[in-house]
Amino acid sequence: MSITPKAVVLISGGLDSMLAAKVVLDQGVHVEGINFFTGFCVEGHTHAIRNQDHKKPKRNNALWVAEQLGIKLHIVDVIEQYKDVVINPKHGYGANLNPCLDCKSFMVRKAKEWIEAHGFDFIVTGEVIGQRPMSQRRDTMPVIAQESGADDRLLRPLCAKLLPETLPEREGWVNRDALYDFNGRSRKPQIALAEQFGIEDYAQPAGGCCFLTDEKYSDKLRDLWVSQGEKRYEIDDIMLLKVGRHLRPRPHFKLIIGRDDGENNYLKGYRHRFTYMYGTSHNGPLVLVEGQTNDSDLELAARITARFGQGRDADNVRIEVVEQTGDPRNFKVVPLTRNEMQEAWYI
Amino acid sequence: MSHHKLDATNLLCPMPVIRTQDRVAELASGDILEIHCTDPGALHDIPTWCRINGHRVVGTQQANNEIIVTLRVGS
Ligand code: SF4
Repeated sequence: MSITPKAVVLISGGLDSMLAAKVVLDQGVHVEGINFFTGFCVEGHTHAIRNQDHKKPKRNNALWVAEQLGIKLHIVDVIEQYKDVVINPKHGYGANLNPCLDCKSFMVRKAKEWIEAHGFDFIVTGEVIGQRPMSQRRDTMPVIAQESGADDRLLRPLCAKLLPETLPEREGWVNRDALYDFNGRSRKPQIALAEQFGIEDYAQPAGGCCFLTDEKYSDKLRDLWVSQGEKRYEIDDIMLLKVGRHLRPRPHFKLIIGRDDGENNYLKGYRHRFTYMYGTSHNGPLVLVEGQTNDSDLELAARITARFGQGRDADNVRIEVVEQTGDPRNFKVVPLTRNEMQEAWYI
Repeated sequence: MSHHKLDATNLLCPMPVIRTQDRVAELASGDILEIHCTDPGALHDIPTWCRINGHRVVGTQQANNEIIVTLRVGS
């Protein structure tokens, strides 16, 4: 009697990991998915916050992929442990604040801990040699296998034929001949394989799987670190970086300005932590103030708040300012003009 | 069979799903879990998670920006 080998697949929600899972599933392996929530994942979040996105389906792609494949999916919260990856990446950052190589090693290491705890035999990823400039190169593939400690229990079915034989292949759990040799940045082989599998609908994330590959997002994270004087973050900080316009009119304070009702509502959830303000004479955004402010700072913030509301052309606008201590105050301010708004304030 | 509640309000997806998953792991087959959320994504994600993992959604309600998904833990 043969025992069915068990594999866990790192499911990102994109096509490559979906294909990798399918290849192994079709070889009779018992497959379950694992997805790591770092706090930076593009999934759901802002899509759910902004009004304009409400019409788009709000599906979580990793869950969706698992359902299509008919496999279980374990979503693991790694927010705390992931901080060290973002703050101190041994291999540095990519084009933005994306520490892809350290990130991949971290995730495979977590998957390895998971298979050990759950009695699984090996780990599968959708990596393809040459697909990504930092983490998916021929010379970085062994780095990930080694630094994660997964060694030859790590199988990349989409490019396995170009890599040394792994344990699942040697043991005959999977047939090497039925694996692939994808190589390079082209997406054509994956698209052809998807077609062959009859997979028509899949998510195609543009840059990568997380916000850290986004230039604007990385700018905001850097700004956060500079303003704090050190590299650190809490989950709320990195969530807030995804929402609203971020302006720093003075080095010691920043404004987060809701862009629509969805964002205003979301920012309302943070009123207990920040000074906040909103227009009472005219409709406009909810604005959070982060940092230490004196009255003249608050007045400037109120004038900016007025600038982003419907009273921007009015002679003056009333802004309710609520600080963490003391009674709410009402400021009567002249909205800043377009010329007074400085480009450099935008983060 | 017992009835449990989970507060996942003000959490963005996939946190409500993660909290649900971790809570269900502690419950027994047949138990009822009522999850309160504010992220509308939960209306989609929690039922998907249930289908994948063999649990049953027995009701969803939406009132005043709050969403309540009720599930019965599978075997
Ligand atoms: S894009 Fe983000 S999640 Fe993907 S490997 Fe790079 S750092 Fe990790």
